[in-house]
Amino acid sequence: MGKNLTILLRRIADALRDIAPIIIVIAFFQTVVIRQPFPNLAGVALGLVCVVAGLAIFVQGLKLGLFPLGEAIAHAFVSKGSAVALLAFAFCLGFGTTVAEPSLIAVGNEAAEVAAEAGAIADDDDARSAYAFRLRMVVALSVGVAIVLGVLRILRGWPLHRLIIGGYVLVTAMTLFAPDEIIGVAYDSGGVTTSTITVPLVTALGVGLASSLKGRNPMLDGFGLIAFASLTPMIFVLAYGMVS
Amino acid sequence: MELAAMLARTAFATTFDVAPIVAVLFVFQIAVLRRRVPNLRRIMRGFVYVLLGLTLFLVGLEEALFPIGETMVRQLTAGALAAPDAAGVRWDDYLTVYAFAAAIGFAATVAEPSLIAVALKAEDVSGGAIGAQGLRVAVAVGVATGVALGCLRIVTGTPLPWYIVAAYAVVIMQTFRASRTIIPLAYDSGGVTTSSVTVPVLAALGLGLAASVPGRSPLIDGFGLIAFASVFPIITVLGYSTAVSAIARVRSAKTGR
Repeated sequence: MGKNLTILLRRIADALRDIAPIIIVIAFFQTVVIRQPFPNLAGVALGLVCVVAGLAIFVQGLKLGLFPLGEAIAHAFVSKGSAVALLAFAFCLGFGTTVAEPSLIAVGNEAAEVAAEAGAIADDDDARSAYAFRLRMVVALSVGVAIVLGVLRILRGWPLHRLIIGGYVLVTAMTLFAPDEIIGVAYDSGGVTTSTITVPLVTALGVGLASSLKGRNPMLDGFGLIAFASLTPMIFVLAYGMVS
Repeated sequence: MELAAMLARTAFATTFDVAPIVAVLFVFQIAVLRRRVPNLRRIMRGFVYVLLGLTLFLVGLEEALFPIGETMVRQLTAGALAAPDAAGVRWDDYLTVYAFAAAIGFAATVAEPSLIAVALKAEDVSGGAIGAQGLRVAVAVGVATGVALGCLRIVTGTPLPWYIVAAYAVVIMQTFRASRTIIPLAYDSGGVTTSSVTVPVLAALGLGLAASVPGRSPLIDGFGLIAFASVFPIITVLGYSTAVSAIARVRSAKTGR
């Protein structure tokens, strides 16, 4: 029990340290620059308690649950020895975690409004929601492809930087030909796909794969899955903008 | 009472987000792997912690930080407009906005749970050679730089691709000079910065700024901050690693003598 308490206290101390910059920044701008009394101080304090407790519990959960789970799956697939099953799993994981992502849904709706304003689609609710839905599917598909590509890279030991730099060149080239209104949406879509639960799971999966395969180095080959997941959505959304 | 309702709603939403992941795991476990997961009870407990922790975290943000953040963005951008200029928008009318953007970008990134996860993993895998704190600060400096530049872009109305493509060029040059072990981690750090804290903060900032600067449309110019926040951390992490190894080289040269 004493040990658990120490862990708990340490997690809470860490969480306080993580949140401190936000509190300092807001307090500074509020008192020095804006010079207005703090609105609803009690509510803010209660909210901050929730944030600190939540972060402490989350980090403990990462160590107990998400990291071991990602690694256990990686080991299980390696000992099973079926690359096809692993790649199918990678695609489902990427697609499944992205398709329902709330920030992606928000961006999709905003993008539909931009497209309607620019006259790329008809300005009515049906056309907008169809556009937003297709955009979401395109991004989810792209993340599925990204995780497949990333896992394939780990299996084969391809150097990451060539693939990523190739992707950058492709994004740059496509930007020249894509319609203006899709560019901002496409560039932002790379960042919104990686949610707080997907990132630890996918990272642990990559590191687990690289450490259970012979000849792969977890540092060199284990990381990189997230990098693909933030690059391919840009390429797919730019392509979608060019086609539609 | 209101807080309890919000907790329940967020808990439901978070569980709903996790449902596809659990479903995929479940199907592959039953159909393909058919192998007992070691420490299953502990993992389940961890999963519950993750859900509970994330729910509390998001409710707290929603309750405490996002409302102030939005009010502050409004007040800061409106303050800049207090002195309207006949000659149009000048980029240096918004210096406090850039300062605020950089500060809040830094602070939000330090609190980002998915970055904490990747930094812990990196420290673990590298055997402590890459410190979790150093990595997180390097990423946060990158986000701060990126977001400040992104606000400058919104104010000046210059095209987004110029900045992003230029940043890519810098990343490519750095890649050929950096040590091989840091490259995958640096590329990953671009994607992890933008999750539950940073995306809502940046969206409010971008939309608020684009709405208040004359001649900018929130719909067209409000996008792009997330893109800035995903590219610049790659530059700072690669730079940080180069700096650390340069310092180590100088030190070992000194002690070698």
